[in-house]
Amino acid sequence: MIPELGHFALACAVALAFAQGVVGIFGPSLRDARALYAAPVLALSHFAAIGFAFLALVWAGVVSDFTVENIADFSSSAVPLIYRISGVWGNHDGSILLWCLILSLCGTAVALFGGGLPASLRSRVLGVLGLVSGGFLLFTLTVSDPFARLWPPPLEGAGVNPILQDPGLAFHPPVLYTGYVGFSVAFAFAIAALIEGRIDAAWGRWVRPWALLSWCFLTAGIALGSWWSYYTLGWGGFWFWDPVENAALLPWLTGTALLHCAIVVEKREALKAWTVLLAIATFSLSLSGTFLVRSGILNSVHSFAAAPDQGLFILALLGLTIGGSLLLFAIRAPVLAATGIYAPISRESALVLNNIFLCAIAAVVFTGTLYPPFANLLFGIQLSVGAPFYNQTVLPLTAPIILAMGCGPLLAWKRADLLPALQRLWLAGAAALLVFLVLSATRHVIAALGLAGGAWVVIAALTDLAERVRLFRVPLGNSVARLATLPRGAVGAALGHIGFGVSVLGIAGMTLAVQKVVVLQPGQSTELGGYTWTLQDIHDAPGPNYSQRVADITVDGLTLHPSRRFFTAQHVITNDAAIHTNGFQDIYAVFADEPAGGGAELRLNRHPMAPEIWFGGLIMALGGFLSLSDRRLRVGAPSRKKPEGAVA
Amino acid sequence: MSPLRRRLLFGIPLALAVAGGGSFYTILRRMQEQKYDPHALPSPLIGKRPPTFSLPGAGGMQGFANTDIAAPSKPMLVNWFASWCVPCLQEAPMLAKLAASGLAIWGIAYEDDPQALAQFLAQNGNPYQRLAADADGTTAINWGVYGVPETYFIDKTGIVRWRYAGALTDDVVASALNPLLARYS
Repeated sequence: MIPELGHFALACAVALAFAQGVVGIFGPSLRDARALYAAPVLALSHFAAIGFAFLALVWAGVVSDFTVENIADFSSSAVPLIYRISGVWGNHDGSILLWCLILSLCGTAVALFGGGLPASLRSRVLGVLGLVSGGFLLFTLTVSDPFARLWPPPLEGAGVNPILQDPGLAFHPPVLYTGYVGFSVAFAFAIAALIEGRIDAAWGRWVRPWALLSWCFLTAGIALGSWWSYYTLGWGGFWFWDPVENAALLPWLTGTALLHCAIVVEKREALKAWTVLLAIATFSLSLSGTFLVRSGILNSVHSFAAAPDQGLFILALLGLTIGGSLLLFAIRAPVLAATGIYAPISRESALVLNNIFLCAIAAVVFTGTLYPPFANLLFGIQLSVGAPFYNQTVLPLTAPIILAMGCGPLLAWKRADLLPALQRLWLAGAAALLVFLVLSATRHVIAALGLAGGAWVVIAALTDLAERVRLFRVPLGNSVARLATLPRGAVGAALGHIGFGVSVLGIAGMTLAVQKVVVLQPGQSTELGGYTWTLQDIHDAPGPNYSQRVADITVDGLTLHPSRRFFTAQHVITNDAAIHTNGFQDIYAVFADEPAGGGAELRLNRHPMAPEIWFGGLIMALGGFLSLSDRRLRVGAPSRKKPEGAVA
Repeated sequence: MSPLRRRLLFGIPLALAVAGGGSFYTILRRMQEQKYDPHALPSPLIGKRPPTFSLPGAGGMQGFANTDIAAPSKPMLVNWFASWCVPCLQEAPMLAKLAASGLAIWGIAYEDDPQALAQFLAQNGNPYQRLAADADGTTAINWGVYGVPETYFIDKTGIVRWRYAGALTDDVVASALNPLLARYS
């Protein structure tokens, strides 16, 4: 009964979403107050309908209702409650429903917190969101129904894929999807602005918090996913240039560019058409990522089995959304004229530079990801593009970003002098040079460059903050007081840069990782990375829905317990890595196998700086959230005229 | 910029999206007609000779060029590996076994540090008759190497007949390599 109600709610949601789309977009031109204010109400009811449908599916998962095909195929009564819940979105149909839920949540957020927007703009933004949502809900309802029944029901479900039975899975997809889908709001703002034919500083100020919020979630989602693959897959890697990882990275790159150039629209009313294009591109890339993962076109570890007819349906949706918005862009954007002018050396130019390089990286990653299927189509050849290509192309493009992001925040708007900015950065430059010289002596040039770059970014951002609070030039107490009154946007931006620098440090440090595969008998030891690793014992241990063999390893006084888990329902063995971190290095051990001759085959790794990769991602996201709490961005707050960029 | 050129410029994203959408449509149609399987991972080198390259030796051994494997007189393997790659370690005993059985294996160390490589060979044995270093990875790109380890089977006329991405296991040797050896010897 409850799944039928969920299915019915889904059907209602489709109708409400399309109503929201049509009324939202065309309502404002009717000059009727009822039409103008209908969209927010429709958005709320549309969210309520999807929310009910989603809860119905979660309910079916929680009570293990195996008459629902989705639950029978991807859940089981034997797994812990949290994975019965998270398993609902760990599969194709359920994940699309989660996607729609978050999209409708975005619409609700605009309806509730968009009170400061002009009513016509809010209505049109909601209209665009409604149309997109309606399209994907229709997809769910027609070709990817999560409530499809199965009769007779099996006694037990097939179970949750063991690799996905991890707290990381419970949080990674919702956070990542919120990031992906959140850019729909920036997209809707861009389309609404094109429809209205007006973009000004106010538009920039309205769109930025939404873009920033989704960027924070996307950053956190990517970091979570990378961390999850690091500790569950047991390969000791954190990024594999897998097409699905690239699909998340692409909107992150263009979204980061969008954040930066929306500042220029807000402050200087320049780069308008470009900002609109980035907003369209970011959401289009999010959508395409969803599509490519599900169509089966790309080779990936994130396989969702999907039929090509679903692929065609999604392609048609994408064609309408992306094609329609770019058509509108081609027609309307040429009339958007920039009013602000700026010199080649200025904050604006630094932000343009940031955009050029971020988009260049995005173009390279995009090409690398899509080249294999396109080469097959055009030239009939099968090939694959792997990490070597990305390492050789992305790293050289990252270097100028790292250099520029140190100076950028210190430049003034309109016209600036590079020399004084560089003089203020002497400390960062000297530190980076020192790090490079010390480390290049050990012949790890790439690691030395990376660590120097990371140090440069972190210290430059700290310098920026220190300059703003006049550290050491006024008494310390005054500096602290200045820090408290500093615009949160400025602190958030510095924090975002620091986080990026910290991630760069972590990634560079990982190139110095050492690893070893050994077979040890209990009592034997081996040396790696300056530590003595001793296998103490191998024993059995109980688990909720698996049995496990645990190896006890001591590493200079620490004890690690990597295990091999045998999931009886699926006949799958997973390796649960044991990681000990001190914040600056990970000691990482995987119990890979028990060879016939007895003992344990262990994969031992020492990963210097590895925690910084995710720690940096977290700092970036926190910087974003801090910036979001800036008075300037709080919708409805009166703006205090205070130039953010000016260096006091 | 003239208004017309501005219009054309702003139409570029749309043109790109239309081209991309058309291509995806074609790909999906071909998937439906089962003419295209994106999950197959065949090498572009199958049925061809490896692209031109000339790599220096590594680990104190002689390097080689594409001309050296143009006509090997007996089927052979070219094995891409690296000391930093964990599956390569797992593969080492299998390579040693194959080398002991008389199969010629030539190695290419991919983006490797000479010292780490020497240590790797000292620890895991050296199954290679020749060993070259692709220090900057460009030859790997030309070969279409997906990742290390990766093994290419070259017949006695120098044509690549098979590529396997991943560590060679008993299964792979029994189901793929042994039939190839029987066929091309």
